[in-house]
Amino acid sequence: MNALEIAADVRAGELSAVAAVDDALEAIARRNEELNVFVHVDREGARARAAEIDERVARGEDPGPLAGVPVGLKDNLCQTGVPTTCGSRILAGWRPPYSATAVERLLGAGAIPVGKTNMDEFAMGSSTETSAYGPTRNPVAPDRVPGGSSGGSAAAVAAAMVPVALGSDTGGSIRQPAALCGLVGIKPTYGLVSRYGLVAFASSLDQIGPLARTVAEAATCLEVIAGHDPRDSTSLPEPAPDLRGHLDDGVAGRRVGLIRELVEGADPEVVAATRAAADALSAAGARVIELSIPELRLGLSAYYLIAPAEASSNLARYDGVRYGLRVDADDVTAMNVATRTAGFGAEVKRRIMLGTYALSAGYYDAYYGQALKVRTVMIEAFARAYEQVDTLLGATAPTEAFALGAKVADPMAMYLSDVFTIPTNLSGHAAISVPFGRGATGLPLGVQLLGPARSETRLVSAAAVLEAGREEA
Amino acid sequence: MSDLTRDEVAHVAHLARLRLSDEELDRFTGQLAQVLDHANDLRALDLSNVAPTAHPVDLGTVLRRDEVSAGLGRDAVLASAPAAEDGRFAVPRVLGDEP
Repeated sequence: MNALEIAADVRAGELSAVAAVDDALEAIARRNEELNVFVHVDREGARARAAEIDERVARGEDPGPLAGVPVGLKDNLCQTGVPTTCGSRILAGWRPPYSATAVERLLGAGAIPVGKTNMDEFAMGSSTETSAYGPTRNPVAPDRVPGGSSGGSAAAVAAAMVPVALGSDTGGSIRQPAALCGLVGIKPTYGLVSRYGLVAFASSLDQIGPLARTVAEAATCLEVIAGHDPRDSTSLPEPAPDLRGHLDDGVAGRRVGLIRELVEGADPEVVAATRAAADALSAAGARVIELSIPELRLGLSAYYLIAPAEASSNLARYDGVRYGLRVDADDVTAMNVATRTAGFGAEVKRRIMLGTYALSAGYYDAYYGQALKVRTVMIEAFARAYEQVDTLLGATAPTEAFALGAKVADPMAMYLSDVFTIPTNLSGHAAISVPFGRGATGLPLGVQLLGPARSETRLVSAAAVLEAGREEA
Repeated sequence: MSDLTRDEVAHVAHLARLRLSDEELDRFTGQLAQVLDHANDLRALDLSNVAPTAHPVDLGTVLRRDEVSAGLGRDAVLASAPAAEDGRFAVPRVLGDEP
Protein backbone atom coordinates (compact mmCIF):
# COMPACT_ATOMS: atom_id res chain seq x y z
CA MET A 1 0.00 0.00 0.00
CA ASN A 2 1.11 3.52 -0.85
CA ALA A 3 2.18 5.73 2.09
CA LEU A 4 -0.40 8.38 1.27
CA GLU A 5 -3.22 5.81 1.14
CA ILE A 6 -2.13 4.35 4.48
CA ALA A 7 -2.01 7.80 6.10
CA ALA A 8 -5.41 8.80 4.67
CA ASP A 9 -7.04 5.57 5.85
CA VAL A 10 -5.43 5.70 9.30
CA ARG A 11 -6.46 9.34 9.77
CA ALA A 12 -10.01 8.46 8.69
CA GLY A 13 -10.13 5.57 11.17
CA GLU A 14 -10.57 3.05 8.34
CA LEU A 15 -7.24 1.31 8.84
CA SER A 16 -5.44 0.64 12.09
CA ALA A 17 -1.82 1.66 12.34
CA VAL A 18 -1.15 -1.64 14.11
CA ALA A 19 -2.39 -3.52 11.02
CA ALA A 20 -0.22 -1.36 8.74
CA VAL A 21 2.83 -2.05 10.90
CA ASP A 22 2.06 -5.77 11.12
CA ASP A 23 1.88 -5.91 7.32
CA ALA A 24 5.33 -4.32 7.15
CA LEU A 25 6.75 -6.68 9.78
CA GLU A 26 5.34 -9.68 7.89
CA ALA A 27 6.83 -8.48 4.61
CA ILE A 28 10.19 -8.07 6.33
CA ALA A 29 9.97 -11.54 7.87
CA ARG A 30 9.19 -13.06 4.46
CA ARG A 31 12.28 -11.79 2.61
CA ASN A 32 14.81 -10.35 5.05
CA GLU A 33 16.83 -13.54 5.33
CA GLU A 34 17.17 -13.76 1.55
CA LEU A 35 17.84 -10.05 0.88
CA ASN A 36 19.54 -8.84 4.12
CA VAL A 37 17.71 -5.51 4.06
CA PHE A 38 17.14 -4.69 7.74
CA VAL A 39 20.03 -5.06 10.19
CA HIS A 40 17.70 -4.39 13.11
CA VAL A 41 13.91 -4.68 13.33
CA ASP A 42 12.24 -2.78 16.18
CA ARG A 43 9.11 -4.97 16.39
CA GLU A 44 7.99 -3.99 19.86
CA GLY A 45 8.80 -0.30 19.55
CA ALA A 46 6.96 -0.07 16.23
CA ARG A 47 3.88 -1.96 17.45
CA ALA A 48 3.69 0.14 20.65
CA ARG A 49 3.90 3.34 18.64
CA ALA A 50 1.25 2.10 16.22
CA ALA A 51 -1.11 1.32 19.10
CA GLU A 52 -0.54 4.88 20.34
CA ILE A 53 -1.44 6.27 16.90
CA ASP A 54 -4.65 4.22 16.87
CA GLU A 55 -5.58 5.52 20.34
CA ARG A 56 -5.02 9.10 19.20
CA VAL A 57 -7.25 8.60 16.17
CA ALA A 58 -9.91 7.04 18.42
CA ARG A 59 -9.74 10.16 20.61
CA GLY A 60 -10.40 12.33 17.55
CA GLU A 61 -6.82 13.59 17.18
CA ASP A 62 -4.96 13.85 13.86
CA PRO A 63 -1.56 12.14 14.17
CA GLY A 64 -0.23 13.90 11.04
CA PRO A 65 0.43 13.53 7.32
CA LEU A 66 2.27 10.20 7.71
CA ALA A 67 -0.10 8.69 10.28
CA GLY A 68 0.58 4.99 10.68
CA VAL A 69 3.07 4.83 7.78
CA PRO A 70 5.84 2.26 8.42
CA VAL A 71 9.24 3.70 7.49
CA GLY A 72 12.76 2.31 7.22
CA LEU A 73 15.73 4.26 8.56
CA LYS A 74 19.22 3.95 7.15
CA ASP A 75 21.44 2.70 9.94
CA ASN A 76 23.38 5.98 10.21
CA LEU A 77 20.29 7.80 11.53
CA CYS A 78 19.99 7.87 15.29
CA GLN A 79 16.77 6.87 17.05
CA THR A 80 16.83 6.92 20.85
CA GLY A 81 17.59 3.47 22.25
CA VAL A 82 17.55 1.71 18.87
CA PRO A 83 20.89 0.14 17.77
CA THR A 84 22.79 2.24 15.23
CA THR A 85 25.83 0.61 13.62
CA CYS A 86 26.52 2.53 10.35
CA GLY A 87 27.22 -0.91 8.89
CA SER A 88 30.39 -1.06 11.00
CA ARG A 89 31.77 -3.39 13.63
CA ILE A 90 33.11 -0.34 15.46
CA LEU A 91 29.57 0.70 16.47
CA ALA A 92 28.17 -2.78 17.09
CA GLY A 93 25.73 -2.68 19.98
CA TRP A 94 25.68 1.12 20.30
CA ARG A 95 22.28 2.57 21.23
CA PRO A 96 22.19 6.34 20.73
CA PRO A 97 20.86 8.43 23.64
CA TYR A 98 19.06 10.81 21.25
CA SER A 99 17.15 10.88 17.94
CA ALA A 100 18.05 12.62 14.70
CA THR A 101 15.89 15.67 13.96
CA ALA A 102 14.67 13.99 10.75
CA VAL A 103 13.57 10.95 12.78
CA GLU A 104 11.85 13.14 15.39
CA ARG A 105 9.97 14.92 12.61
CA LEU A 106 8.85 11.61 11.07
CA LEU A 107 7.59 10.54 14.50
CA GLY A 108 5.89 13.90 14.92
CA ALA A 109 4.05 13.36 11.62
CA GLY A 110 2.73 9.99 12.79
CA ALA A 111 5.20 7.77 10.90
CA ILE A 112 6.41 4.56 12.51
CA PRO A 113 10.06 3.54 12.13
CA VAL A 114 10.14 -0.27 11.91
CA GLY A 115 13.90 -0.74 11.84
CA LYS A 116 17.34 0.13 10.60
CA THR A 117 18.41 -0.66 7.04
CA ASN A 118 21.75 -2.02 5.87
CA MET A 119 24.32 0.29 4.29
CA ASP A 120 27.88 0.45 3.09
CA GLU A 121 30.10 0.92 6.13
CA PHE A 122 29.88 4.59 7.17
CA ALA A 123 28.13 5.17 3.81
CA MET A 124 31.39 4.53 1.93
CA GLY A 125 30.41 2.49 -1.08
CA SER A 126 28.03 2.26 -4.03
CA SER A 127 26.73 -1.29 -3.63
CA THR A 128 25.98 -1.98 0.08
CA GLU A 129 28.72 -4.64 -0.06
CA THR A 130 31.13 -2.94 2.37
CA SER A 131 28.72 -3.44 5.29
CA ALA A 132 30.18 -5.46 8.16
CA TYR A 133 26.81 -7.23 8.26
CA GLY A 134 26.99 -8.68 4.76
CA PRO A 135 25.69 -7.38 1.42
CA THR A 136 22.09 -6.52 0.64
CA ARG A 137 20.57 -8.06 -2.48
CA ASN A 138 18.49 -6.17 -5.04
CA PRO A 139 14.84 -7.31 -4.65
CA VAL A 140 14.28 -6.81 -8.39
CA ALA A 141 17.14 -9.22 -9.22
CA PRO A 142 18.68 -10.90 -6.16
CA ASP A 143 21.98 -11.72 -7.91
CA ARG A 144 22.55 -7.97 -8.32
CA VAL A 145 23.49 -5.20 -5.90
CA PRO A 146 20.83 -2.69 -4.86
CA GLY A 147 23.32 0.17 -5.25
CA GLY A 148 24.56 2.09 -2.29
CA SER A 149 25.28 3.32 0.12
CA SER A 150 21.56 3.52 1.05
CA GLY A 151 21.02 0.09 -0.54
CA GLY A 152 19.10 -1.28 2.44
CA SER A 153 16.63 1.61 2.36
CA ALA A 154 16.17 1.20 -1.41
CA ALA A 155 15.71 -2.58 -1.10
CA ALA A 156 13.22 -2.12 1.77
CA VAL A 157 10.96 0.00 -0.48
CA ALA A 158 11.56 -2.08 -3.62
CA ALA A 159 10.64 -5.29 -1.73
CA ALA A 160 7.46 -3.56 -0.46
CA MET A 161 8.54 -3.98 3.16
CA VAL A 162 7.88 -0.27 3.77
CA PRO A 163 6.45 2.40 1.43
CA VAL A 164 9.14 4.99 2.26
CA ALA A 165 12.59 4.99 3.80
CA LEU A 166 15.20 7.58 4.66
CA GLY A 167 18.70 7.46 3.25
CA SER A 168 21.66 9.81 3.16
CA ASP A 169 23.43 11.11 0.07
CA THR A 170 27.08 12.22 0.18
CA GLY A 171 28.02 11.43 -3.44
CA GLY A 172 24.87 9.78 -4.79
CA SER A 173 23.96 7.37 -2.00
CA ILE A 174 20.21 8.02 -2.27
CA ARG A 175 19.87 8.60 -6.02
CA GLN A 176 22.04 5.73 -7.29
CA PRO A 177 20.30 2.96 -5.26
CA ALA A 178 16.92 4.55 -6.12
CA ALA A 179 17.85 4.22 -9.81
CA LEU A 180 19.11 0.64 -9.46
CA CYS A 181 15.97 -0.45 -7.59
CA GLY A 182 13.41 1.42 -9.72
CA LEU A 183 12.50 4.10 -7.14
CA VAL A 184 12.29 7.84 -6.67
CA GLY A 185 15.10 9.31 -4.53
CA ILE A 186 15.72 12.92 -3.55
CA LYS A 187 19.04 14.55 -2.59
CA PRO A 188 17.79 17.82 -1.09
CA THR A 189 19.61 21.15 -1.17
CA TYR A 190 22.43 21.15 1.36
CA GLY A 191 21.00 22.46 4.64
CA LEU A 192 17.33 21.80 3.80
CA VAL A 193 17.20 18.76 6.10
CA SER A 194 18.95 18.94 9.46
CA ARG A 195 21.96 16.63 9.82
CA TYR A 196 21.56 16.51 13.61
CA GLY A 197 21.68 12.84 14.53
CA LEU A 198 23.04 11.69 11.17
CA VAL A 199 26.37 10.00 11.85
CA ALA A 200 28.86 12.16 9.93
CA PHE A 201 30.77 10.89 6.87
CA ALA A 202 31.70 14.08 4.94
CA SER A 203 29.96 16.97 6.68
CA SER A 204 30.02 19.48 3.81
CA LEU A 205 28.41 16.94 1.44
CA ASP A 206 26.03 14.78 3.54
CA GLN A 207 22.27 15.27 3.21
CA ILE A 208 19.34 13.14 4.41
CA GLY A 209 16.53 12.44 1.94
CA PRO A 210 13.65 10.07 1.11
CA LEU A 211 13.32 7.01 -1.13
CA ALA A 212 9.83 5.97 -2.26
CA ARG A 213 7.98 4.36 -5.13
CA THR A 214 6.29 7.59 -6.27
CA VAL A 215 7.19 11.27 -6.49
CA ALA A 216 4.20 12.23 -4.31
CA GLU A 217 5.29 9.91 -1.48
CA ALA A 218 8.90 11.11 -1.60
CA ALA A 219 7.80 14.77 -1.73
CA THR A 220 5.47 14.31 1.25
CA CYS A 221 8.22 12.67 3.27
CA LEU A 222 10.71 15.42 2.38
CA GLU A 223 8.24 18.12 3.42
CA VAL A 224 7.93 16.44 6.82
CA ILE A 225 11.68 16.20 7.51
CA ALA A 226 12.80 19.54 5.97
CA GLY A 227 12.98 22.97 7.59
CA HIS A 228 15.23 24.90 9.92
CA ASP A 229 16.73 23.18 12.96
CA PRO A 230 18.73 25.19 15.51
CA ARG A 231 20.70 22.02 16.39
CA ASP A 232 22.47 22.03 12.99
CA SER A 233 24.56 25.15 12.37
CA THR A 234 24.41 24.50 8.60
CA SER A 235 20.61 24.30 8.54
CA LEU A 236 18.98 26.76 6.13
CA PRO A 237 17.02 29.44 8.01
CA GLU A 238 13.64 28.91 6.32
CA PRO A 239 10.77 26.47 6.98
CA ALA A 240 10.11 23.42 4.76
CA PRO A 241 8.98 24.24 1.21
CA ASP A 242 5.48 23.36 -0.04
CA LEU A 243 6.15 20.40 -2.36
CA ARG A 244 2.80 18.60 -2.42
CA GLY A 245 1.15 21.79 -3.72
CA HIS A 246 3.45 21.82 -6.76
CA LEU A 247 3.24 18.20 -7.91
CA ASP A 248 0.84 19.09 -10.72
CA ASP A 249 2.57 22.28 -11.92
CA GLY A 250 3.84 20.59 -15.08
CA VAL A 251 6.81 21.85 -17.12
CA ALA A 252 5.14 24.04 -19.74
CA GLY A 253 7.51 26.88 -20.65
CA ARG A 254 10.30 25.41 -18.51
CA ARG A 255 13.84 25.40 -19.95
CA VAL A 256 15.67 22.10 -19.51
CA GLY A 257 19.31 21.36 -20.33
CA LEU A 258 20.31 17.82 -21.27
CA ILE A 259 23.90 17.67 -20.02
CA ARG A 260 26.39 15.85 -22.21
CA GLU A 261 28.74 15.12 -19.29
CA LEU A 262 25.90 13.45 -17.36
CA VAL A 263 25.41 10.73 -19.97
CA GLU A 264 28.85 10.28 -21.49
CA GLY A 265 30.37 6.86 -20.96
CA ALA A 266 27.02 5.40 -19.87
CA ASP A 267 25.51 2.19 -21.27
CA PRO A 268 23.61 2.79 -24.55
CA GLU A 269 20.32 1.92 -22.83
CA VAL A 270 21.03 4.59 -20.19
CA VAL A 271 21.73 7.19 -22.88
CA ALA A 272 18.53 6.19 -24.68
CA ALA A 273 16.47 6.40 -21.48
CA THR A 274 17.80 9.88 -20.74
CA ARG A 275 16.98 11.02 -24.29
CA ALA A 276 13.50 9.52 -23.95
CA ALA A 277 13.06 11.48 -20.70
CA ALA A 278 14.06 14.66 -22.56
CA ASP A 279 11.40 13.85 -25.18
CA ALA A 280 8.78 13.32 -22.45
CA LEU A 281 9.59 16.73 -20.97
CA SER A 282 9.41 18.32 -24.45
CA ALA A 283 6.05 16.67 -25.09
CA ALA A 284 4.81 18.23 -21.84
CA GLY A 285 5.78 21.69 -23.05
CA ALA A 286 9.34 22.17 -21.82
CA ARG A 287 12.01 23.57 -24.11
CA VAL A 288 14.91 21.10 -24.00
CA ILE A 289 18.36 22.07 -25.25
CA GLU A 290 21.63 20.15 -25.17
CA LEU A 291 24.34 21.67 -23.02
CA SER A 292 27.92 20.87 -22.15
CA ILE A 293 29.43 21.64 -18.74
CA PRO A 294 32.97 20.25 -19.14
CA GLU A 295 33.89 21.23 -15.55
CA LEU A 296 31.64 18.43 -14.27
CA ARG A 297 34.31 15.96 -15.44
CA LEU A 298 36.50 17.21 -12.56
CA GLY A 299 33.92 16.18 -9.97
CA LEU A 300 34.97 12.59 -9.36
CA SER A 301 38.61 13.48 -8.67
CA ALA A 302 37.68 16.41 -6.41
CA TYR A 303 35.17 14.29 -4.52
CA TYR A 304 37.65 11.49 -3.84
CA LEU A 305 39.93 14.00 -2.13
CA ILE A 306 37.33 16.11 -0.28
CA ALA A 307 35.09 13.32 1.00
CA PRO A 308 37.97 11.15 2.34
CA ALA A 309 39.61 14.23 3.89
CA GLU A 310 36.45 15.08 5.79
CA ALA A 311 35.89 11.41 6.64
CA SER A 312 39.40 10.97 8.04
CA SER A 313 38.69 13.87 10.37
CA ASN A 314 35.13 12.80 11.30
CA LEU A 315 36.13 9.17 11.93
CA ALA A 316 38.93 10.18 14.30
CA ARG A 317 36.24 10.08 17.00
CA TYR A 318 36.16 6.26 16.91
CA ASP A 319 38.98 5.77 19.37
CA GLY A 320 37.52 3.25 21.81
CA VAL A 321 36.93 5.86 24.52
CA ARG A 322 33.37 7.21 24.39
CA TYR A 323 31.23 4.65 22.55
CA GLY A 324 31.40 1.55 20.41
CA LEU A 325 34.10 -1.06 20.24
CA ARG A 326 37.19 -1.11 22.45
CA VAL A 327 40.05 -3.55 21.97
CA ASP A 328 42.16 -3.39 25.12
CA ALA A 329 45.89 -2.79 25.07
CA ASP A 330 48.62 -1.67 27.48
CA ASP A 331 48.41 2.07 26.89
CA VAL A 332 45.89 4.43 25.41
CA THR A 333 47.52 4.86 21.98
CA ALA A 334 47.90 1.12 21.51
CA MET A 335 44.22 0.78 22.52
CA ASN A 336 43.21 3.41 19.90
CA VAL A 337 45.19 1.57 17.19
CA ALA A 338 43.93 -1.89 18.13
CA THR A 339 40.32 -0.67 18.27
CA ARG A 340 40.39 1.11 14.91
CA THR A 341 42.30 -1.71 13.21
CA ALA A 342 39.74 -4.29 14.37
CA GLY A 343 36.67 -2.07 14.02
CA PHE A 344 36.95 -0.60 10.52
CA GLY A 345 36.61 -2.55 7.26
CA ALA A 346 38.90 -2.26 4.23
CA GLU A 347 36.99 0.46 2.35
CA VAL A 348 36.77 2.71 5.40
CA LYS A 349 40.49 2.22 6.09
CA ARG A 350 41.24 3.04 2.45
CA ARG A 351 39.33 6.31 2.63
CA ILE A 352 40.76 7.30 6.01
CA MET A 353 44.23 6.71 4.56
CA LEU A 354 43.46 8.70 1.41
CA GLY A 355 42.03 11.59 3.42
CA THR A 356 44.88 11.60 5.92
CA TYR A 357 47.35 11.68 3.03
CA ALA A 358 45.50 14.49 1.22
CA LEU A 359 45.54 16.58 4.43
CA SER A 360 49.11 15.76 5.49
CA ALA A 361 51.98 18.24 5.55
CA GLY A 362 53.44 18.76 2.08
CA TYR A 363 50.36 17.50 0.22
CA TYR A 364 47.56 19.66 1.63
CA ASP A 365 47.77 22.42 -1.01
CA ALA A 366 48.43 20.07 -3.90
CA TYR A 367 45.50 17.75 -3.18
CA TYR A 368 42.90 18.99 -0.67
CA GLY A 369 43.43 22.71 -1.34
CA GLN A 370 43.28 22.19 -5.09
CA ALA A 371 40.10 20.10 -4.78
CA LEU A 372 38.39 22.92 -2.84
CA LYS A 373 39.24 25.30 -5.70
CA VAL A 374 37.83 22.83 -8.22
CA ARG A 375 34.65 22.89 -6.15
CA THR A 376 34.42 26.65 -6.77
CA VAL A 377 35.03 26.11 -10.49
CA MET A 378 32.18 23.59 -10.64
CA ILE A 379 29.76 25.82 -8.71
CA GLU A 380 30.50 28.69 -11.11
CA ALA A 381 29.99 26.40 -14.11
CA PHE A 382 26.61 25.28 -12.75
CA ALA A 383 25.67 28.95 -12.21
CA ARG A 384 26.42 29.75 -15.87
CA ALA A 385 24.24 26.80 -16.98
CA TYR A 386 21.39 28.02 -14.77
CA GLU A 387 21.48 31.37 -16.57
CA GLN A 388 20.35 29.48 -19.70
CA VAL A 389 18.01 26.83 -18.25
CA ASP A 390 15.97 26.18 -15.08
CA THR A 391 16.57 22.46 -14.76
CA LEU A 392 19.29 20.04 -15.85
CA LEU A 393 18.72 16.48 -16.99
CA GLY A 394 21.14 13.55 -17.00
CA ALA A 395 21.45 9.88 -16.15
CA THR A 396 21.61 8.89 -12.49
CA ALA A 397 24.05 5.97 -12.87
CA PRO A 398 26.07 4.79 -15.87
CA THR A 399 24.74 1.21 -15.74
CA GLU A 400 21.83 -0.89 -14.52
CA ALA A 401 22.32 -2.83 -11.27
CA PHE A 402 25.57 -4.82 -11.51
CA ALA A 403 26.29 -8.32 -10.20
CA LEU A 404 27.20 -8.84 -6.54
CA GLY A 405 30.96 -8.93 -6.22
CA ALA A 406 31.62 -7.46 -9.67
CA LYS A 407 33.42 -4.32 -8.47
CA VAL A 408 34.53 -5.21 -4.94
CA ALA A 409 38.19 -5.75 -5.84
CA ASP A 410 38.48 -2.61 -7.98
CA PRO A 411 37.76 0.54 -5.92
CA MET A 412 38.15 2.88 -8.91
CA ALA A 413 35.49 0.98 -10.91
CA MET A 414 33.15 1.19 -7.91
CA TYR A 415 33.82 4.93 -7.50
CA LEU A 416 32.86 5.51 -11.15
CA SER A 417 29.26 4.42 -10.47
CA ASP A 418 28.77 7.80 -8.73
CA VAL A 419 30.26 9.91 -11.52
CA PHE A 420 26.90 11.51 -12.48
CA THR A 421 25.63 12.11 -8.94
CA ILE A 422 28.74 13.60 -7.29
CA PRO A 423 28.60 17.11 -8.88
CA THR A 424 25.33 17.92 -7.04
CA ASN A 425 26.89 17.12 -3.66
CA LEU A 426 29.92 19.29 -4.40
CA SER A 427 27.67 22.23 -5.39
CA GLY A 428 25.21 21.73 -2.51
CA HIS A 429 22.34 21.78 -5.02
CA ALA A 430 19.20 19.62 -5.24
CA ALA A 431 18.55 16.58 -7.45
CA ILE A 432 15.94 13.88 -7.83
CA SER A 433 16.25 10.47 -9.48
CA VAL A 434 13.15 9.10 -11.20
CA PRO A 435 12.78 5.60 -12.70
CA PHE A 436 12.84 5.80 -16.49
CA GLY A 437 13.59 3.11 -19.06
CA ARG A 438 15.14 -0.33 -18.78
CA GLY A 439 18.70 -1.64 -19.04
CA ALA A 440 20.05 -4.35 -21.33
CA THR A 441 18.76 -7.15 -19.08
CA GLY A 442 15.47 -5.40 -18.35
CA LEU A 443 16.41 -3.93 -14.97
CA PRO A 444 15.17 -0.45 -14.00
CA LEU A 445 17.16 2.68 -14.85
CA GLY A 446 16.91 6.15 -13.38
CA VAL A 447 17.23 9.63 -14.81
CA GLN A 448 18.22 12.62 -12.77
CA LEU A 449 16.75 16.12 -12.64
CA LEU A 450 19.07 18.73 -11.15
CA GLY A 451 18.33 22.26 -10.01
CA PRO A 452 20.05 25.03 -8.08
CA ALA A 453 19.75 25.42 -4.31
CA ARG A 454 16.12 25.54 -3.09
CA SER A 455 14.69 24.29 -6.42
CA GLU A 456 12.85 21.27 -4.93
CA THR A 457 9.38 22.54 -5.91
CA ARG A 458 10.41 22.71 -9.58
CA LEU A 459 12.18 19.34 -9.40
CA VAL A 460 9.19 17.47 -7.99
CA SER A 461 6.84 18.90 -10.65
CA ALA A 462 9.25 17.90 -13.44
CA ALA A 463 9.71 14.49 -11.83
CA ALA A 464 5.93 14.03 -11.73
CA VAL A 465 5.84 14.69 -15.49
CA LEU A 466 8.46 11.97 -16.08
CA GLU A 467 6.56 9.61 -13.80
CA ALA A 468 3.41 10.12 -15.87
CA GLY A 469 5.43 9.86 -19.11
CA ARG A 470 6.90 6.57 -17.98
CA GLU A 471 3.45 5.12 -17.42
CA GLU A 472 2.33 6.17 -20.89
CA ALA A 473 5.53 4.95 -22.59
CA MET B 1 51.92 7.05 -12.03
CA SER B 2 51.71 8.59 -8.60
CA ASP B 3 55.03 8.50 -6.73
CA LEU B 4 53.35 7.22 -3.57
CA THR B 5 55.68 4.82 -1.75
CA ARG B 6 55.01 1.94 0.61
CA ASP B 7 56.86 3.83 3.38
CA GLU B 8 54.59 6.85 2.93
CA VAL B 9 51.53 4.60 3.21
CA ALA B 10 52.97 3.12 6.41
CA HIS B 11 53.52 6.64 7.77
CA VAL B 12 49.94 7.69 6.91
CA ALA B 13 48.62 4.55 8.63
CA HIS B 14 50.52 5.60 11.75
CA LEU B 15 49.01 9.11 11.57
CA ALA B 16 45.52 7.59 11.16
CA ARG B 17 46.06 5.18 14.11
CA LEU B 18 45.68 2.09 11.93
CA ARG B 19 47.90 -0.99 11.83
CA LEU B 20 48.23 -2.53 8.36
CA SER B 21 49.58 -5.97 7.57
CA ASP B 22 52.33 -6.31 4.93
CA GLU B 23 49.75 -7.57 2.47
CA GLU B 24 47.44 -4.60 3.20
CA LEU B 25 50.34 -2.16 2.82
CA ASP B 26 51.08 -3.52 -0.65
CA ARG B 27 47.44 -3.52 -1.71
CA PHE B 28 46.66 -0.04 -0.34
CA THR B 29 49.79 1.45 -1.92
CA GLY B 30 48.58 0.34 -5.35
CA GLN B 31 44.95 1.30 -4.79
CA LEU B 32 45.71 4.72 -3.29
CA ALA B 33 48.15 5.46 -6.10
CA GLN B 34 45.39 4.76 -8.59
CA VAL B 35 43.05 7.29 -6.95
CA LEU B 36 45.84 9.86 -6.66
CA ASP B 37 46.63 9.40 -10.37
CA HIS B 38 43.08 10.53 -11.07
CA ALA B 39 43.65 13.50 -8.77
CA ASN B 40 46.70 14.52 -10.78
CA ASP B 41 44.26 15.85 -13.42
CA LEU B 42 43.37 18.48 -10.83
CA ARG B 43 46.95 19.27 -9.89
CA ALA B 44 47.68 20.15 -13.51
CA LEU B 45 45.06 22.96 -13.53
CA ASP B 46 46.15 26.53 -12.90
CA LEU B 47 43.71 27.68 -10.24
CA SER B 48 45.92 30.26 -8.56
CA ASN B 49 43.21 32.94 -8.92
CA VAL B 50 40.32 30.77 -7.69
CA ALA B 51 39.08 30.93 -4.11
CA PRO B 52 38.52 27.58 -2.37
CA THR B 53 35.01 26.44 -1.38
CA ALA B 54 35.06 24.60 1.94
CA HIS B 55 31.30 24.68 2.29
CA PRO B 56 28.46 24.98 -0.26
CA VAL B 57 26.23 27.29 1.79
CA ASP B 58 27.63 30.49 3.24
CA LEU B 59 25.58 31.10 6.36
CA GLY B 60 28.32 32.83 8.32
CA THR B 61 28.89 31.82 11.92
CA VAL B 62 25.65 30.69 13.50
CA LEU B 63 25.38 31.18 17.24
CA ARG B 64 22.56 29.98 19.44
CA ARG B 65 21.06 32.24 22.08
CA ASP B 66 23.01 32.18 25.31
CA GLU B 67 20.33 30.35 27.27
CA VAL B 68 20.58 27.31 29.51
CA SER B 69 19.07 24.19 27.93
CA ALA B 70 19.01 20.56 28.97
CA GLY B 71 21.88 18.37 27.75
CA LEU B 72 21.92 14.59 27.49
CA GLY B 73 23.02 14.10 31.08
CA ARG B 74 26.20 12.39 32.25
CA ASP B 75 24.70 8.98 32.97
CA ALA B 76 23.05 8.70 29.53
CA VAL B 77 26.36 9.52 27.85
CA LEU B 78 28.52 7.25 30.01
CA ALA B 79 26.08 4.37 29.46
CA SER B 80 27.52 4.08 25.91
CA ALA B 81 31.16 4.07 27.01
CA PRO B 82 33.21 0.86 26.83
CA ALA B 83 34.51 1.68 30.34
CA ALA B 84 33.53 4.33 32.89
CA GLU B 85 34.63 5.02 36.45
CA ASP B 86 33.56 7.64 39.00
CA GLY B 87 31.44 9.52 36.46
CA ARG B 88 34.24 9.65 33.89
CA PHE B 89 35.43 7.76 30.80
CA ALA B 90 38.06 5.22 31.82
CA VAL B 91 41.06 4.53 29.54
CA PRO B 92 44.30 2.57 29.83
CA ARG B 93 47.31 4.51 31.14
CA VAL B 94 48.37 7.47 29.01
CA LEU B 95 51.88 8.18 30.35
CA GLY B 96 54.62 6.43 32.35
CA ASP B 97 54.62 3.17 34.27
CA GLU B 98 51.65 1.62 35.95
CA PRO B 99 51.31 2.76 39.57
